[in-house]
Amino acid sequence: MSYLLSATCAVPAAGAVLTAALPAGTTEARRRTTKTVALAVSVLTLGLAAAVAASFEPGGARYQLTESHSWIRSFGISFSLGADGIGTALVLLTAVLVPLVMLAGWHDATGPVSGSAAGSVPEGSFESKRRTQAFFALILAVEAMVLVSFLATDVFVFYVFFEAMLIPMYFLIGGFGDRAGGPDSDRQRSYAAVKFLLYNLLGGLVMLAAVIGLYVVAADQGQATFSLTALTDAISSGKLVIDPNAQRALFLGFFFAFAVKAPMWPLHTWLPNAMGESTAGTAVLITAVVDKVGTFAMLRFCLGLFPDASKTFAPVIMVLALVGIVYGALVAIGQKDIKRLVAYASISHFGFIILGVFAMTSQGQSGATLYMVNHGISTAAWMLVAGFLISRRGSRLIADYGGVQKVAPVLAGTFLIGGLATLSLPGMAPFVSEFLVLVGTFSRYPAIGVVATFGIVLAALYALLLYQRTMTGPVKAGVEGVKDLKARELAVVAPLVALTLLLGVYPKPLTDMVNPAVNDTLSQVHRTDPAPAHPVAATNGGEQK
Amino acid sequence: MIPAHALAAANGSGPSIPAPHIEYGQLSPMLVVFGAALLGVLVEAFLPRRARASAQLGVSLLGLGGAFAAVVVLAAQGHGTTKAGLLAMGAVAIDGPALFLQGVILLTAVLAVLTYAEGRLEPRINGHRVDAFAAQAAAVPGGEQERDATREGLRTTEIYPLTLFAVGGMLLFPAANDLLTMFVALEVLSLPLYLMSALARRRRLISQEAAVKYFLLGAFASAFFLFGTALVYGYAGSLQLGEIADVVSGVSQVTPALAVTTQNDALLLIGLAMLAVGLLFKVGAVPFHSWTPDVYQGAPTPVTGFMAAATKTAAFGALLRLFYVAFPGLRWDWRPVMWGVAILTMAVGAVLAITQQDVKRLLAYSSVAHAGFILTGLIATDRRGVAAVLFYLLAYSFVTLGAFAVVTLVRDSKGEATHLSNWAGLGRRSPLLAAVFALFLLAFAGIPLTSGFTGKFAVFQAAAEGGATPLVIVGVLSSAVAAFFYIRVIVLMFFSDPQPSGPAVAVPSPLTATAIGVGVLVTLGLGLLPQYFLDLASKAALFTR
Repeated sequence: MSYLLSATCAVPAAGAVLTAALPAGTTEARRRTTKTVALAVSVLTLGLAAAVAASFEPGGARYQLTESHSWIRSFGISFSLGADGIGTALVLLTAVLVPLVMLAGWHDATGPVSGSAAGSVPEGSFESKRRTQAFFALILAVEAMVLVSFLATDVFVFYVFFEAMLIPMYFLIGGFGDRAGGPDSDRQRSYAAVKFLLYNLLGGLVMLAAVIGLYVVAADQGQATFSLTALTDAISSGKLVIDPNAQRALFLGFFFAFAVKAPMWPLHTWLPNAMGESTAGTAVLITAVVDKVGTFAMLRFCLGLFPDASKTFAPVIMVLALVGIVYGALVAIGQKDIKRLVAYASISHFGFIILGVFAMTSQGQSGATLYMVNHGISTAAWMLVAGFLISRRGSRLIADYGGVQKVAPVLAGTFLIGGLATLSLPGMAPFVSEFLVLVGTFSRYPAIGVVATFGIVLAALYALLLYQRTMTGPVKAGVEGVKDLKARELAVVAPLVALTLLLGVYPKPLTDMVNPAVNDTLSQVHRTDPAPAHPVAATNGGEQK
Repeated sequence: MIPAHALAAANGSGPSIPAPHIEYGQLSPMLVVFGAALLGVLVEAFLPRRARASAQLGVSLLGLGGAFAAVVVLAAQGHGTTKAGLLAMGAVAIDGPALFLQGVILLTAVLAVLTYAEGRLEPRINGHRVDAFAAQAAAVPGGEQERDATREGLRTTEIYPLTLFAVGGMLLFPAANDLLTMFVALEVLSLPLYLMSALARRRRLISQEAAVKYFLLGAFASAFFLFGTALVYGYAGSLQLGEIADVVSGVSQVTPALAVTTQNDALLLIGLAMLAVGLLFKVGAVPFHSWTPDVYQGAPTPVTGFMAAATKTAAFGALLRLFYVAFPGLRWDWRPVMWGVAILTMAVGAVLAITQQDVKRLLAYSSVAHAGFILTGLIATDRRGVAAVLFYLLAYSFVTLGAFAVVTLVRDSKGEATHLSNWAGLGRRSPLLAAVFALFLLAFAGIPLTSGFTGKFAVFQAAAEGGATPLVIVGVLSSAVAAFFYIRVIVLMFFSDPQPSGPAVAVPSPLTATAIGVGVLVTLGLGLLPQYFLDLASKAALFTR
């Protein structure tokens, strides 16, 4: 039994405790120690994640590096971890993004508590002294819990961490803002935090009922376990037969939680609040990392555990996803707030991911998995540069900007790259995944594929309009003083841009890793790719192994 | 016909009544506690005033600790499993559930006594430390006598022996194996509690009002219990729970005199309903919950904590024994009713808590909701259900005690600042205390990795396996509602601006700090590594009869 996976999860968890326990202080030196320790922990985690990816053999078993520790025997629960291609790809994404988020938010925890309450906490009080520790410890805690969720091969373990990550996330949203909101930004932010928590908690509790229901159904048939592999094996071998009605109810219980988390239209309304009010780094953590657990779990749990119900509900879910694609894009076009625009763009993108998952074709699901990774990278680049811009001008409103490219060309250039990646320009990573999702959708649901394609046009509109309004034209008042990216900020953006371009032209390592897991998932739902009416081998031959 | 030898004995000089056989060893936990209580009375009578407080604390801790040691020894000797049996002519049963709950009650009592002895929160009077209890209980509030007593720095040290008597009753309550013993235990635990509720040092009128309300409603409930006892005796011809069960299920032959009444199911059903009313009142289930908020608010906070934790534990123990030992044969009659009670209790508790503006009232309604969750485990009517309830009570007791101990620390010039508006911004003034309280609230809300989640999962799983799926769904939805008000308090503490004239957090002595610290440790321990205690509860979950 290898301990690599549990080490990968334990390092950020231990790092969170360590960071929180570091000596408090208001001096810059003390703060820098805290930040450096946290960053070092996240880089170490990245190293471990890279080791996981390196030792993962794409042709091998579905779950590799598996380990299992006894946890709560009375409930039939063991702490089991295992990496499959999909999980490994997302573990890598998480491990790459967290250090960059920390670096981007290097100064986010410094300074007054918030805009309006600046005077109410005396300098040197316990709270302002502990702020930096809290911010970085919370990020590491989120990372640890997300990593466990991606690697868990026990339904209960997944549930526990899926739900527990809400708490640190909640404090990150509610406690740390970008100080660019209006006079009542405090109230707005705590509203956003509560909305985030309540939506996700409700989803989680509904899932809890379904988790218990699944156990009861399985225990009735002599399979009293929460182990995902044991359950899926029993289901595919016919040893565990879940009655269709029960299966549908359980599927909906699981799916509801994941759809809230993803978020899928019409359960998305918490996302714009949460991303708008939190810091840019937290917003990236939400949309690029935490939300991916939702779409990932649809693929792993909904399809794996409830194949028949998944097929039953797939058309409905596809339509909802389609509405999300178009709705998210349209609302994004109308936004006045940069961060909320990115949030609605993400809702549109999550529609594509869900489309790919439930198209139940190998291209669709490979595309969806790549989409999760690529959306994470490209949105992180877009959002973090937007955050740098907002921190300079102190406003989130698009109308306050104009002509930034004349005073800060590098900032504008990287913002453009982020925007182009978001609209899936060929040559950028998101293009590959969006193309795969659309091809996969077309081959089974041509009509839905046609409508979804309009999403790309709309994406071009919101991404380019945002660039045009903020970066081009005459330099607006208040923008003259905007400085270009500093070395630290360049260090954040450069890897993201490099990855966007690299995965755009050479996605093969990623697809090789993901495809076996996707094919395994498809075989669990007894779906094969429909025979193409026209030969399409030329376009996706590389991906089909 | 009277046997000749009995007549001879009656005529002779020897004793005519055979002396009952009393198993002192197995009864020792109760005997030790009652002994310590009597010693406490002597301390009150003979020690000088200044020496009483510390002497009482010592006596109480020794008594409770000794009793706990006795429980551990009995459990280790197998009296909870293999050697479980009836004692004292069948009046008392020492078995797994009894010993488990006695252990829980004793541990919570130890922590409660620690919070009683806290002397650093109230300002010193004439150089004397004073505690949370009235200077002189008999003095009229606001009168001359009270002012004198307060100026003297007097303390009501009677609280310690009163608590010990209540604990003695609580130890007997879940172990009582006949209805009369159960009634006596009910009274022994209740009468001291009525008195203790009236003993608040500050806001004495509301405290006395609480005591009167508690007493009147409690006496009413006791009367119900007693009347129920009479009716059931009329039906079954016995007070012993096991014999009642035999008559109910028709196993044992009834005497011809009883045959008339045994035909009469109305007697049995009304009797059972009345017994249940008496016990449901004590656990605070809807519709017998209306005393809870008033009493919780009015009673001195350390007493509230003790009451909320230990009384609930003891009463649920008695409820379990009544339903599982005496009336398993009537399962199909009482289960639907208890379904209704459980659903009402969860829903009403959660919904009414939302509108509360006082921390203690909020916790009171939350305790009502928790009574509902525990009832779902009781309804499972199997061994897993008992184990789940036992574990839940263990988890809940420590969270409750810790939460009320935190409430004692948030104070302004008028004493404890329990109005929620006073708690605004507490997280900024004293983050550590707010974080601890937030942990307790999250445990109440049943967030994973806390003891509350493990307990909730256990009862819901047991209920689902017992076929009570709708109950689980109601439970999950009420949890979502309940989560809202717990989170509201967290928002208030962390994301609101502190009031300029808001309360300060008093620095407690090591006594309260220990109580809170143990609460935190148990809350996290039972959340992260609950296996040992789940095993213990599951081993203990068999009633003897």
